[in-house]
Amino acid sequence: MGEYSIQELTSILAMQGFAGFSLFSVLLLMALGLAIIFGQMGVINMAHGEFMAMGAYTTYLLSVVTETYFPAFMDYYFLLAILVSFLVAGLFGYITEFVLIRHLYKRPLDTLLATWGLSLIMQQSFRSIFGAREVSPALPDWLMGSWMPTETIFIPINGMFVLGLTALVTLGVFLLMYRSSWGLNVRATTQNRVMSGAVGINTKQVDRLTFALGCGIAGIAGAAFTTIASTGPTSGSLYIVDTFMVVVFGGAASLFGTIASAFTIAQAQSILEFFISGSMAKVFTLLALVIILMMRPEGLFSIKVRK
Amino acid sequence: MNFVYERFLGGKSGAIAIGVLALLILVVLPLALDLFRLNLVGKYLTYAFAAVSLVLLWGYGGILSLGQGIFFGLGGYAMAMFLKLEASDPESTSIQTTPGIPDFMDWNQLTELPWFWIPFESFTFTLIAILLVPSIFAFIIGYSMFKRRVGGVYFAIITQVIAVILTVLIVGQQGFTGGINGITDLRTLNGWDIRADSSKYILYFINAILLLGVIMVSKFILTSKLGQLLLAMKDKEDRVRFSGYDVSNFKIFVFCVSAVIAAIGGAMFTLQVGFMSPSFVGIVPSIEMVIFAAVGGRMSLVGVVYGTLLVNYGKTAFSETFPELWLFLMGGLFIAVVMFFPNGLAGIYNKYAPKVKFLKPLFDKPVQSEKKSATKIESEATTEGAK
Repeated sequence: MGEYSIQELTSILAMQGFAGFSLFSVLLLMALGLAIIFGQMGVINMAHGEFMAMGAYTTYLLSVVTETYFPAFMDYYFLLAILVSFLVAGLFGYITEFVLIRHLYKRPLDTLLATWGLSLIMQQSFRSIFGAREVSPALPDWLMGSWMPTETIFIPINGMFVLGLTALVTLGVFLLMYRSSWGLNVRATTQNRVMSGAVGINTKQVDRLTFALGCGIAGIAGAAFTTIASTGPTSGSLYIVDTFMVVVFGGAASLFGTIASAFTIAQAQSILEFFISGSMAKVFTLLALVIILMMRPEGLFSIKVRK
Repeated sequence: MNFVYERFLGGKSGAIAIGVLALLILVVLPLALDLFRLNLVGKYLTYAFAAVSLVLLWGYGGILSLGQGIFFGLGGYAMAMFLKLEASDPESTSIQTTPGIPDFMDWNQLTELPWFWIPFESFTFTLIAILLVPSIFAFIIGYSMFKRRVGGVYFAIITQVIAVILTVLIVGQQGFTGGINGITDLRTLNGWDIRADSSKYILYFINAILLLGVIMVSKFILTSKLGQLLLAMKDKEDRVRFSGYDVSNFKIFVFCVSAVIAAIGGAMFTLQVGFMSPSFVGIVPSIEMVIFAAVGGRMSLVGVVYGTLLVNYGKTAFSETFPELWLFLMGGLFIAVVMFFPNGLAGIYNKYAPKVKFLKPLFDKPVQSEKKSATKIESEATTEGAK
């Protein structure tokens, strides 16, 4: 590393670190949804990435519609798009749970196969509807450009926006899961379904809404994703393995663990990426995760349970 | 003789099933198909090795590996490395900067053979490596996971991640592995041209016979005490543990066996198709192998071969005519199999065939066996749900 001066090196670290924050945001948004679905419900949703892509395509569609019919609202459409992405992905998640998932709760490995099938169908639908080419929505002006705290550091505004959005969603999920009576129902249902049913919780409805919520958050992840990369039919599937790693590494049922592990994985990957090639950075990150998980299968943070 | 009949073939219905399969792949298909199509069938049959390995591991052991592509790939790459070294002798590579090394290494400015390639100049070493490397690899993974009682969903995800790591590594280290294109342009095996028509026939038959052999060995394992323990573990792991058995050792063993079976398939794939690439290692091929097993029937060694043939035939036929429809169909198939036919083709056959009059004599005790498999699915469902 002799060829870099100290100042350059700090700038690189800061910028790569911030690039890591963008990755962190998308990973965390994806993982929050998956942590609810997988961590709380135990459903392996392989189509989770496609729900993200669904949110991204929704944002794209909205941007096209706004640009054509309401050009005056271009500055604000994105905020609406986040909400619509959440609703669309959530609604689709609700339907999926009703048609597919609820029959498979007792066979978690089979949900994996069924949702993989669903992901294939969704990918091909994206390809048939939007074409195989990657698309990106026209972003409002206030999301463009970058902020320069010093002369050598560029921090993109869209990255900061996504980070803020992630913080908001995380806070929302926390309040919903740990501070609301509905969240209490969800946690009770996952811990002991039969007892929860016995004390009058409508477990089936809880399941359906939980799954829908997880998918909806993936939709928000999709909207956020459009600000930092373009969307293709297989964009979602690129993130699915990383997302699962985030959830598993963080300890499946722990919100704080999910945040910590998304942060670790994203930072490790993007800082390593600068010094070695991207593919090797990924290899080392994943390998380290696998080795850590082999030594500590329950992940970073886990609720103590008697086995 | 009776021992072989009972244990390797699995009694009357098992013997008939294997006999019919042997008749199909050794006689009917070679007579009915031209060489191009037969070669395709040969390629599909190499996937069937992976599907058979999943019957042991997933169907009976209840351990879903989403990384069978790893072992298929390891076997395939081992064979490809040997063939590639033979194809890149100094004379045929004399135009390169460094003659005598594989062409892709030369393109990536390598000037000498990497150390881990050198042993693959020996055919004996290669054959041993095809069997040993995957089983050592599987042992390491299995030991570190099963000893810590990691199983089920976590095992599936971690094997999947390992498949990703391996793919990214192969693609990234172009100079050592041939990158995304894989190892191509393989010509001869110990001087014997593998691309000639006659060798394609021979390789097809070797492959088919190996597959039948693997099925019979698997049957032997499943009809042994180990097979019964596997089933017992799948249903009530704790009870087996409390009975004094070391559950993890059995799991490690069956994982290693399944790795070797998949690796043999991979090696035969390389021989018949003439190249090996990372697209047979990653997530997608690994999950497809699970689908072959699921469609054929995860509890049926013979059924999965039909499952593999059928799915691949469908894939080829559809992607030739309606490439767009294929993914819809494949996705629908996954969902339909999981939701409506958890025992796949074999399950349908076992359910309906005994009711057909002239098929009845083929079964040992048709009614009882059906009942058994139904309870199996049910009990599997409850145990997995309880975890």
